[in-house]
Amino acid sequence: MRSYYEATARERLAAIVDPGSLREILPPPTRTRSPHLQALDLPTAFDDGVITGSATLAGQPVLVAAQEGGFMGGAVGEVHGAKITGLLERAVATRVAGVILLLETGGVRLQEANAGLIAVSEIIRGICATRAAGIPVVAAIGGQYGCFGGMGIAAACCSTIVMSEEGRLGLSGPEVIETAQGVDEFDSRDRALVWRTVGGKHRYLIGDAQVLVDDRLDAFRDALAAAVRAGDRLDLAAVEREHALLARRLHDYGACKDGEDVWRAMGIEAPHEVPMLPTDVLVAAVRSRRAA
Amino acid sequence: MDWRDVAARLFPGGHHVVADGDLIAGTARCGDATVAVIGSTGHAEAGVEIALAMARLVLATMREHPGRPILFLVDTSGQRLRHRDELLGLNRYMAHLAKCVEVARARGHRIVALVYDQALSGGFLASGMMADLCAALPDAEIRVMGLPAMARVTRQPEERLRALAASSPVFAPGAINYVRMGAIDALWDGDLAQRLAAALRDAPNEDTRRALGLARGGRMLAAPVAARAAVE
Repeated sequence: MRSYYEATARERLAAIVDPGSLREILPPPTRTRSPHLQALDLPTAFDDGVITGSATLAGQPVLVAAQEGGFMGGAVGEVHGAKITGLLERAVATRVAGVILLLETGGVRLQEANAGLIAVSEIIRGICATRAAGIPVVAAIGGQYGCFGGMGIAAACCSTIVMSEEGRLGLSGPEVIETAQGVDEFDSRDRALVWRTVGGKHRYLIGDAQVLVDDRLDAFRDALAAAVRAGDRLDLAAVEREHALLARRLHDYGACKDGEDVWRAMGIEAPHEVPMLPTDVLVAAVRSRRAA
Repeated sequence: MDWRDVAARLFPGGHHVVADGDLIAGTARCGDATVAVIGSTGHAEAGVEIALAMARLVLATMREHPGRPILFLVDTSGQRLRHRDELLGLNRYMAHLAKCVEVARARGHRIVALVYDQALSGGFLASGMMADLCAALPDAEIRVMGLPAMARVTRQPEERLRALAASSPVFAPGAINYVRMGAIDALWDGDLAQRLAAALRDAPNEDTRRALGLARGGRMLAAPVAARAAVE
């Protein structure tokens, strides 16, 4: 089965939802383009870089959105964001089993500045409202551009995050931090450092990604289907649990300087070997440790 | 703008709001209602600690004072740009605050925000932009980034962006542009106490920002595109 990382947004969707079940919402023939990119004489896309639709996933009715990293790094503009926000409202209105977000994005599309920031805010509020209505919103992160900026916040508002080792998730990207604070703060060209900080394995070990899968389309599909089946509701008990977890994390790992320090503090015996471990070995080790 | 001056104008009858470092917290009376005040000052960098502290205050309000309205006083220079905050998952701490605000809304707490100084980029997403209604003082600075930085990142001549900014609220920094686009309900001047009382009474429960942006002519596509995605 092919690589999720290498696939386009359309290829990912085609491989993840049940064959023949995808009905695209606002497909390219509707020419739903960004007016702001046109004003800057920049290339536009007829789907504005995000595919939205309804489908079934392992038989469950779902709504799906897939961001195309190949178009402006998956960045969110007014139209792109409105497609996702409208999809989330549709989810509440039609009571689907879940919403699947295949996220690959640098966050706000800076060419749309204010409109992009507001659009990201509307997505964040839409995800929270959908979950508060009892409908799970499940995110997949495993593409070349990762998931950053305000969309990193949006991802962490979801019920479940499924990641591969190749995925990256954060708020400010390494390049942004290096530009603002200097190379001593964060060397964005040090790939190993970047992966120890924002990569899929670190996010899984620390608990930000609930599921870590191999970089295979079928592995993502199975994990997303299971996460929808698990159901979800955002309520006071859920945020109370989250608060306890994040307070504990700050207490336990707040002084750590590196991903390896965090993993050591967690009790992982050979933290320097983590980057080399196959996904299934790492997942098995974490499961047995959590069970104990 | 000193938050104490803002608080004095919002709550002329006095208040019990104090600053502890960058964090502002306390209670005050607005008409017959007690309001929980949560905010930041000193152009606070939004890092993991302050996000968690603000979430704790929202949670405490839900637990101990069901239904009590919450006022966010916003002054942030954006998310903290540090390796350590990313290692700890700053996006998740911010998301936690956003989720707490959503749960408070669902449990009947009115949420109003006032940008009284700065609201830059990511620092604003989890607090002010989650509110039922977000207002700003006329001199408040709200933006993603300045035009010179945007010119560099987008590789567009700054003069061109400046010309576009003159005709479109999309590119230009400033609270008034966020009003035109619907993200800020109104600029508050004059009697702030009266403004707050009206906001606590009238703030909508639904996200009306797209509709406002359309009605005000500042954001013409978000509302119709979202509506089509929702029903077509």
